[in-house]
Amino acid sequence: MKTTEYLFAGFGGQGILFAGKFAAYKGLIENKQVSWLPSYGPEMRGGTASCSVIIGDEPVGSPIVSKPDVLIAMNLPSLDRYEDSVVPGGMIFADSSLIERKVKRDDVKVFYIPATKLADENGIGKLANMIIVGKILKEMDEYNEESVIAALKKVVSAKHADMLDINLKAIKTGFEN
Amino acid sequence: MADKVLMKGNEAIAEAAIIAGCRHYFGYPITPQTEVAAYMAKKMPKIGGTFLQAESEIAAINMVYGVSSAGKRVMTSSSSPGISLKGEGLSYLAGADLPAFVVNVQRGGPGLGGIQPSQSDYFQSTRGGGHGDYRMIVYAPASVQEMASLTVKAFESADKYRMTAMILADGTMGQMMEPVDLDALKVNPAPEKPWATTGTDMKREHNIINSLYLKPEELEKVNFERYERYKTVEANEVMYEEYLMDDAEICVAAFGIAARVSKNAINVARAKGIKVGMIRPITLWPFPKDVFKKAAEKAHTFISVELSMGQMIEDVKLSTECKANYVLCNRVGGMIPLPEQVLECIENAAKGEQK
Repeated sequence: MKTTEYLFAGFGGQGILFAGKFAAYKGLIENKQVSWLPSYGPEMRGGTASCSVIIGDEPVGSPIVSKPDVLIAMNLPSLDRYEDSVVPGGMIFADSSLIERKVKRDDVKVFYIPATKLADENGIGKLANMIIVGKILKEMDEYNEESVIAALKKVVSAKHADMLDINLKAIKTGFEN
Repeated sequence: MADKVLMKGNEAIAEAAIIAGCRHYFGYPITPQTEVAAYMAKKMPKIGGTFLQAESEIAAINMVYGVSSAGKRVMTSSSSPGISLKGEGLSYLAGADLPAFVVNVQRGGPGLGGIQPSQSDYFQSTRGGGHGDYRMIVYAPASVQEMASLTVKAFESADKYRMTAMILADGTMGQMMEPVDLDALKVNPAPEKPWATTGTDMKREHNIINSLYLKPEELEKVNFERYERYKTVEANEVMYEEYLMDDAEICVAAFGIAARVSKNAINVARAKGIKVGMIRPITLWPFPKDVFKKAAEKAHTFISVELSMGQMIEDVKLSTECKANYVLCNRVGGMIPLPEQVLECIENAAKGEQK
């Protein structure tokens, strides 16, 4: 398997870092080499947040994703900023309930998913991030319930164990849409 | 088998310090190393240790001086501007021959600078920072696993040579998460410290910890003795990684995050048939002089990849006696070179030689 470089981007508070952490843990559980690098600093206090996640069979070199294979854009500024950086033949997942415009490029696979709207409709609150994760797992054929649950157990803290089921529901919602 | 965990570099340092037997942490918050303090604040009270947020960086380093005088493993951590504030304390620790562990998760400078990753404190950590003739052992981790393993190593070498050992990381290393195997860490217990001020029980002479020597003859003597000790450090403690150096005609020199970026570029260049390799210093002081000197027998060009205006490149030139071509490949101010930039430097070096 080749190495896949993911860039998760959106507003602070959308669970960008959490979604990336889930992806990294799922990779780890599946015995892949992984790295996770967040943006840090002023953008954490509102504004844009992003994180680089690399998952592959080879040891990770640079942990910085500058040309993502997969871009997750959860708001318009993120799509504006990173659309051109995606490698030709790559994938873009966009939250179409928050991004009105279409992706301009025609050399990438684009998936629009109204994640924020779906989260509201299904009573899964702020978990639009995990709905998109579910969609990614489906489109990349990476869904494996066992490792999904194991990874959730790693990223949902013991204090919030009651959030496990709703995260799983969000992933499944994304998977089915 | 141990459960695999992802940890931030900063957290890995904190946990490894606890594993190494450190029960005293003093610090003052600053981005991008605050997770070290946060981790210690959470953990230390539970294991009978001390976490103390000092009123300033200067206070924190002097608390380190105090605990080290009492013979205990102790640490502080900060980022660039905070390390400058600790400069006086680092000099006093050296003057009193006290072991200490200090972490610098660098950010862009000078001045208050920025909060994004940098390597521009290379001179400060390898040449001084505080006043007077002294050295620190400086480790430059390039993975979260090394953030942990070099922390343990730093405590041990600090104790062994009675000097400060520093981890010189950067914002990327501090903030990124990678798998860590903490069970792999092997810790040697702290040695006996007969010099420590632990109370005489009326059975021995007083131990005195001090850096004041008013008689120049005495001060000269302790400086000479200290530098004899530094010679054994230079002989025994050099660490580096060689990557594809066997037939390398171009040698990349890089540490920390710059080495990670360079590795990507080297792999692409190798696929294009360019004979390029890398020497990654793991100890910045003592610097791996001999391996660079040997590399200069085959390599015509050395490319120093740094997040600074060119600091380590001076050591590369010194080690190779300025006999080769030297190229600085850098970004500064919190920017990080991309693999493409490094690749361009490598390709230019390869073309230059063909002419």
